[in-house]
Amino acid sequence: MAFPHRLDAPELPDFSMLKRLARDQLIYLLEQLPGRKDLFIEADLMSPLDRIANVSILKQHEVDKLYKVENKPALSSSEQLCFLVRPRIKNMRYIANLVNADKTAGRTRKYKVIFSPQKFYACEMVLEEEGIYGDVSCDEWAFSLLPLDVDLLSMELPEFFRDYFLEGDQRWINTVAQALHLLSTLYGPFPNCYGIGRCAKMSYELWKKLEDEEDSESKGRRPEIGHIFLLDRDMDFVTALCSQVVYEGLVDDTFRIKCGSVDFGPEVTSSDKSLKVLLNAEDKVFSEIRNEHFSNVFGFLSQKARNLQAQYDRRRGMDIKQMKNFVSQELKGLKQEHRLLSLRRCKLKYKSQFTVLIPALGRLRSENHSRHYLKKPKNKNKNRDISWPLSYAPALFFLPSGLIPKDYRSLKTQYLQSYGPEHLLTFSNLRRAGLLTEQAPGDTLTAMESKVSKLVTDKAAGKITDAFSSLAKRSNFRAISKKLNLIPRVDGEYDLKVPRDMAYVFSGAYVPLSCRIIEQVLERRSWQGLDEVVRLLNCIEFAFTDITKEDKASSESLRLILVVFLGGCTFSEISALRFLGREKGYRFIFLTTAITNSARLMEAMSEVKA
Amino acid sequence: MNRTKGDEEEYWNSSKFKAFTFDDEDDELSQLKESKRAVNSLRDFVDDDDDDDLERVSWTGEPVGSISWSIKETAGSSGSTHEGREQLKSRNSFSYAQLPKPTSTYSLSSFFKGRTRPGSFQSLSDALSDTPAKSYAPELGRPKGEYRVCSLERFRSLQDKLQLLEEAVSMHDGNVITAVLIFLKRTLSKEILFRELEVRQVALRHLIHFLKEIGDQKLLLDLFRFLDRTEELALSHYREHLNIQDPEKRKEFLKTCIGLPFSAEDCAHIQDHYTLLERQIIIEGTFSSPVNLKKTFKIPDKQYVLTALAARAKLRAWQDIDALFTTKNWLGYTKKRAPIGFHRVVEILHKNSAPVQILQEYVNLVEDVDTKLNLATKFKCHDVVIDTCRDLKDRQQLLAYRSKVDKGSAEEEKIDTLLSSSQIRWKN
Repeated sequence: MAFPHRLDAPELPDFSMLKRLARDQLIYLLEQLPGRKDLFIEADLMSPLDRIANVSILKQHEVDKLYKVENKPALSSSEQLCFLVRPRIKNMRYIANLVNADKTAGRTRKYKVIFSPQKFYACEMVLEEEGIYGDVSCDEWAFSLLPLDVDLLSMELPEFFRDYFLEGDQRWINTVAQALHLLSTLYGPFPNCYGIGRCAKMSYELWKKLEDEEDSESKGRRPEIGHIFLLDRDMDFVTALCSQVVYEGLVDDTFRIKCGSVDFGPEVTSSDKSLKVLLNAEDKVFSEIRNEHFSNVFGFLSQKARNLQAQYDRRRGMDIKQMKNFVSQELKGLKQEHRLLSLRRCKLKYKSQFTVLIPALGRLRSENHSRHYLKKPKNKNKNRDISWPLSYAPALFFLPSGLIPKDYRSLKTQYLQSYGPEHLLTFSNLRRAGLLTEQAPGDTLTAMESKVSKLVTDKAAGKITDAFSSLAKRSNFRAISKKLNLIPRVDGEYDLKVPRDMAYVFSGAYVPLSCRIIEQVLERRSWQGLDEVVRLLNCIEFAFTDITKEDKASSESLRLILVVFLGGCTFSEISALRFLGREKGYRFIFLTTAITNSARLMEAMSEVKA
Repeated sequence: MNRTKGDEEEYWNSSKFKAFTFDDEDDELSQLKESKRAVNSLRDFVDDDDDDDLERVSWTGEPVGSISWSIKETAGSSGSTHEGREQLKSRNSFSYAQLPKPTSTYSLSSFFKGRTRPGSFQSLSDALSDTPAKSYAPELGRPKGEYRVCSLERFRSLQDKLQLLEEAVSMHDGNVITAVLIFLKRTLSKEILFRELEVRQVALRHLIHFLKEIGDQKLLLDLFRFLDRTEELALSHYREHLNIQDPEKRKEFLKTCIGLPFSAEDCAHIQDHYTLLERQIIIEGTFSSPVNLKKTFKIPDKQYVLTALAARAKLRAWQDIDALFTTKNWLGYTKKRAPIGFHRVVEILHKNSAPVQILQEYVNLVEDVDTKLNLATKFKCHDVVIDTCRDLKDRQQLLAYRSKVDKGSAEEEKIDTLLSSSQIRWKN
């Protein structure tokens, strides 16, 4: 397969340390409430918790029963209750109800709330308002970096995207800064820092402030990771909204990879049980195909099966130990893959999403054809999956100045008729976040723009509000793609088996913008010569480089690059950068607020809870 | 940085505020310092918690090798018993009385704690600090006297408040911005607060999000009204209906939305939504018939057929489906017609696992012969394949198909009869 690591590829730092750290801290916090207690866990924290601790560890620290935080009265009879939650208002109300019900019943218990990864004032305000501040003790479990794989760290904060990019709430910036601070404490300083985007700049500044305030012991340390690159998701919505065709991305689009593992229902496993499969580098077969274009995967797997048969025939020569090894490693993985595969086949048959998007990308070259995208969704607007038709938005996105009003209206009407009128709120959000636009007459826009810029005096906000900057960004996509050659000219067939550039992750039709920016900056070690691109991205104020002369950095560390995606990254981007790494002899490490894809982005815009 | 000196300065700067004498010696620098310090201590409150926890197990910055990793790992299965199924048993021991919210919201104090560095000053608010902070501190097992309440109460002039806000915004930490906004919301009249936020977009967005989250709908609507954001006002009001469960109340609520300043197109959607609910409530009768709905909401033919077909197929109501595609022409003859094309009808029926007999009927209606043959082969509609081959006089294909049917089956017999028939003039 085309994806072995180069022999000279630098070693990755050991991130399993982060897991131990988080676990130890949790144990410490649990011990702050000595004695037997019941633990209430928020649903969203269960999978991350599962990755670092297990029930027996919790039991060892006197956790009696485990409950899920949900909208039901709790029936715990324990004298001590501990809540492990995200800092959300609804959780505070849940806890307040519980405590106040106890109070009414004349019952006294001890309560402890552990916020992960940090607490917010708004939460404490609710506790105060509900009259239980002081009755509950609060703590923070700064578990903000979960290693999902050897090169992938996730903050598991999908709400980051909506909070920042839709609502403009900067509450998670501190969390990001803290996480980066932790990384530099553990793995040494980062001698080369780059970034683009307003959020990236703010996170960077806050992080640096944290480092300055502390007499950081990391300063004297040898850097283990030579570069860090921070990137805002709104620099490149297009890539995140594309249907994915690399294997791991496809699995994510189809089955939703959750916290590094995927649940296959009975219809996939062709038995009555569902199966949970952990997807990471430890699974040999999976790690060989994860970055591949899906069209190669079938061939690879059947080849693999033939090899296996051959090996299997040779099994007589093996001793028991070899045999065990063989069965546990190769056979198991392969069986799973085969199971996966059979299902993939039937799924793909009617999955025509790619066929929509990729030609759409191709058509970008000829301006007048952009309206053609609209034809497909019109006939297809009935599917079980809510996010499905709206994920056509990327196609719409490409239109230089938004949809023409007639198309926009008809798309919206059909959507509302199919999925419920309340989704007009979703449309309003999409427009607010700059994911969907309607053509506006030029003069109205400028008039509005100037009016707004007069009003805005916030220094940090710059002269233009977010809404307008993203509006401008979108209309610049065509110019950017030309400038960065995102749509490669293809002479003849693009051989997906032997990819020649990062475009292979989209069948050779499109190089992910985010990855191209990273590539270009790393090549130049600065933004020099990219002024035009930066201007088109509306980021003149928010593109930065900070290079410290660092003699202690080994040449090995200088080939390790930490890429921070603020607002989520897709598996396609990860695959593309892994490819770039192999080409150039780098290795990328990914830090993302969450794994994302088009469906997740669209769901984040919905007001209607599923 | 020389901390002791800095702290001394802070002491003197702050001690003057003890007596609430903002006006003496009102130089900007000390004010700026004050807000900076307050904002920092707000943030410290968050940061230091981490650091303390880390310190306890000696994590901060220390090479990680020094961490005691002696916590036993049990090789238990990665349990997924987190579901807490126990809950389902033995319920109803509590009455879940929700206490009414206090009407005067947290007006007495909103103390924000922060940790001072050793040897720091005792601020006014220390004197005011009461149980919450004290009971909080021992909880964490921290040394006594290390905590103080950082209060924002001393920021009383508008200028101080705004400076505090600007400082918070320049720190970028949204949590701190919100904390300051909560304080401002409490201590400023809403007109003044709105007026000042209108020119501070970052802070404004934080306030809007905060109001949405805590569900202070009234203030949110007031804010939109003040800002003259009429469409957002309308949408926010409309959004409320999502929280109303009772259909009748929901309908009544939607009625109040109809006149609101939505965009022109949304007005129509809102009207539709109301009409739709109105009809849903009158469940019986012709009003709720799909055809009637289709007419009222101007649903395009194709969309209607797709929806109706899938729905009927799921209920295995084959006759309804038949009716769906039956049209009468003006002479009274019936004809089968599908706006989406019968090939798609077949696909959809197959997806909903319709029996072969039903599939066969619709495969037969596919006009294009090649498509028909393909579909028939794919879905094993043997009769259709056989008849089509016969009509095409394609002996070779029929011969090939013979191997695909079961041995000794009626289909095989039928093929054999055809192949041996002298009536047919085969083309090959």
